[in-house]
Amino acid sequence: MTTTADRPAQEFKVVGSRPIRHDGVDKVLGRAQYGADLKLPGLIHGAVLRSPYAHAVIKKVDVSRAEAAPGVFAAISGDDMPVTAPKMVDMVEEVTNLKWSSQRVMAHGKAVYRGHPVAAVAAVDQNTALEALKLIEVEYEPLQAVISLEDAMKPDAVIIHDDLVGDHLGEKVSPTNVAEHTRTEFGDPEAAFAEAAHVLERTYTIARAHQGYIEPHSSTAFWSPDDKLTVWTTTQAPFGVRSNVATVLKLPLSDVRVVPMEIGGGFGGKIGLYMEPLAAMLSRKSGRPVKMTMDRKSVFDATGPGPGGQVTAKIGVDKDGKIVAATADIRYMAGAYPGSSISAATAGIFACYKVPNVRIDAYDVVINMSKTAAYRAPGTPQATFASESLISELCEQIGMDPMEFHLLNAAEEGTRRPDGPVFPRIGNVACMEAIKGSDHFKSDLGESSDGKLRGRGLATGYWNGGGNRSSVTISVNDDGVVSLVEGNPDIGGTRTTIAMQAAEVFGLPAHDVHPTVVDTDSVGYNDLTAGSRTTYASGQAAIEAAKQVVEEIKKRMAMIWETEPENVEFEDSVFQNKVAPDQRLTFKEAAGKLGQTGGPVSKTGTVNVRGSGGGSFAAHLVDVEVDPETGKVQILRYTAAQDAGKAVHPSYVEGQFQGGAAQGIGWALNEEYYTSPDGVMQNSSFLDYRMPTALDLPMIDAIVVEVPNTNHPFGVRGIGETSIVPPAPAVGNAIADAIGTRLYQTPMNPSRIMEALANKRNGQNGH
Amino acid sequence: MTQQETPVRKVPVACTLNGQETEFLAAPYQSLLEALREVVGLTGTKEGCNDGNCGACTVSLDGRIVDSCLVLAAEVDGKSVDTIEGMAPPHGLHPLQQAFLEEAALQCGICTPGFLVAARALLEREPHPDEHRIRLWLAGNLCRCTGYDKIVRAVQSAADKT
Repeated sequence: MTTTADRPAQEFKVVGSRPIRHDGVDKVLGRAQYGADLKLPGLIHGAVLRSPYAHAVIKKVDVSRAEAAPGVFAAISGDDMPVTAPKMVDMVEEVTNLKWSSQRVMAHGKAVYRGHPVAAVAAVDQNTALEALKLIEVEYEPLQAVISLEDAMKPDAVIIHDDLVGDHLGEKVSPTNVAEHTRTEFGDPEAAFAEAAHVLERTYTIARAHQGYIEPHSSTAFWSPDDKLTVWTTTQAPFGVRSNVATVLKLPLSDVRVVPMEIGGGFGGKIGLYMEPLAAMLSRKSGRPVKMTMDRKSVFDATGPGPGGQVTAKIGVDKDGKIVAATADIRYMAGAYPGSSISAATAGIFACYKVPNVRIDAYDVVINMSKTAAYRAPGTPQATFASESLISELCEQIGMDPMEFHLLNAAEEGTRRPDGPVFPRIGNVACMEAIKGSDHFKSDLGESSDGKLRGRGLATGYWNGGGNRSSVTISVNDDGVVSLVEGNPDIGGTRTTIAMQAAEVFGLPAHDVHPTVVDTDSVGYNDLTAGSRTTYASGQAAIEAAKQVVEEIKKRMAMIWETEPENVEFEDSVFQNKVAPDQRLTFKEAAGKLGQTGGPVSKTGTVNVRGSGGGSFAAHLVDVEVDPETGKVQILRYTAAQDAGKAVHPSYVEGQFQGGAAQGIGWALNEEYYTSPDGVMQNSSFLDYRMPTALDLPMIDAIVVEVPNTNHPFGVRGIGETSIVPPAPAVGNAIADAIGTRLYQTPMNPSRIMEALANKRNGQNGH
Repeated sequence: MTQQETPVRKVPVACTLNGQETEFLAAPYQSLLEALREVVGLTGTKEGCNDGNCGACTVSLDGRIVDSCLVLAAEVDGKSVDTIEGMAPPHGLHPLQQAFLEEAALQCGICTPGFLVAARALLEREPHPDEHRIRLWLAGNLCRCTGYDKIVRAVQSAADKT
């Protein structure tokens, strides 16, 4: 379903259609090669010994017995890894210190999270490698694990990193577990609160939640005797892996070649390094290619979920319900190393609104759990659970309809985002209007026949996303089909969405553009598949390459027609001499004449796209039914409206809205790290972690709103992430509507619902 | 005690794999999933959890769907195993495979083989299941990308066409 909000003047032939994805047949046949599917001559298998302690000094690691075991080719510990100097690098969705990247992939002297690699072996097969791990001797001195904000931030806290120097509002502080404290201020919120007609403040707790991709990490490396390293890995960031592996292993950048395998989900969790440097070191020692694949427990224990934390949010409104001020204190647990997306949380928490006076403090806190990673709109679902729950409760208190509140206060073109940037044309209001016009919004909630309680909830959300660097090379074949070479792993149909944008320029069917994702030696630099940037930014590189191809073919046609290139026009896939209009050739006919007119035509489009063009807004509406006997929440109906600018392939846009909504519903209702006091995750399996199944969800209605992006030639916006932002507060608001009391914590699981109902009976509320 | 100290005798397994008589040697501890992927070389069956919770490794064993990570390779001796690789006719696609493509029912695609094998077993038993039945049947297969909407629609679409 597509709304006509602010329809673009442009007409499209390919963009906006729904071709079958180019890699689809391989994927439904089971032929697509994911990380663990790789076979190489002489391949051996690695395994990792992981710390059973969340925090411990490693006094000794002895791998000699493992290394001597039959079938074992090599064993390594932290002593074998090169020492990496501190260096901050920007990974687009996360900033990381390479020293910590190096320590994180293999402990050296100290284990700082449960599952921290301590040693690794490579052997003839997986079982031999796992058995050999038992022969490694490690002497630990367990330390007190720091796993809560309270313990990490208290004055006499156990310090996780002696060498961590915190930046607290510009002041260097050490020792500390608070890596960063930032403040964003505008206007005078305290004065505005004092004048406000109504003020509400609440504190919300949000659980750590894992990206939950179905494919565990898998990396293979071959370190050739000439010191050329090839890494085959399941990653969103082949060029990032190249530079970070080169730095960690002290190799020249261009001596590392990264081959991105098909990727079985990532959601931000497959950006950083995990086993790539270990496989490389084992390969160097053994002379063999080494494959390492994580088990599911290690994925939960030792890879990055999104951060959990606490958000205290406060809002003040005037007598008409207009926001006069808002403040927030955002405290996120980064895991064992700094970097928990607090700047994105700061940008996102009040982004849907006009807030004239604002202050946002944010804290990035290290604890003894695996380093968190980007997770779809990093940092923003957590902050938005606070702001959108707060606004819903405020609306209850002042007796205002949440939809009217949103529309009264909605950010629009020209609004200053609380952290500074001024929005260009955006779809915030259009998404609200789309929900307001939906059948769902107009429908009656109905009543349960068996004593269950129904409620409806609304929430909005925002994610900015980014642009950045992309390179795409297009070559024309004699038959008029073009090949398109790109460097972004295809995580959800982007081969097709990028190819469609080139096809639009050529006036060719989508399937006459053949996209291929290649390794880092075979295409120019591409930033990662993340930040909602792939279709948006790599699409612009494809458009640029296609335009260059058209210009070159115009020159060739001019040569044939003995005229000037300026006289050759290209429209509707036809080249025509405008001074002799009977001289015309279709793109396909022209393609057959390139050999005789100067040789093959192959062009590369490179871009460094600045910004996202305003980001993508969303509004979600959900109906729930709560069983007061069990506390179980059933999602009855769900509608997600989001601004796509221009949907390149509407089916895959809808798919992003639906998939993000499902992940957000999981975060709202079930998903959390259930952790013992010594920092050991107790539910590190899919069974106990409990992501939504097909039976837990209804159909999810996706409304594709199109408010063209002024920063893309076709109006396209990056849309992959926003859809995870509104679900948790939307579900929470629906639960509050159903049971008449609120939950201030995710997950809103049956025990918390029962507790909230009991508190309500006792006349208490939960905040 | 390690495997190296006591060499493990491999077990001969003879089964019908995707309609073909197939023999291979499997270690006694090896799961059917591992044997398919590492011994036979059929990597279309995926490992998501190796503990029976995600369904990415779903195969059909004597017509019944199982998580191949929970079946020992040695157990399939004399039995019939059907994997994703045997689903399409030569130079064609199974109606479910076609429907998954047309309905955009895959994003990353890692769970897709398991869903297809499971959905085929459903349609073989019940040619026209309703939405709830499809969701119940597929509840043992996790997908993290799609929110299941388009997967359910693809199964409905394939059912409508057969």
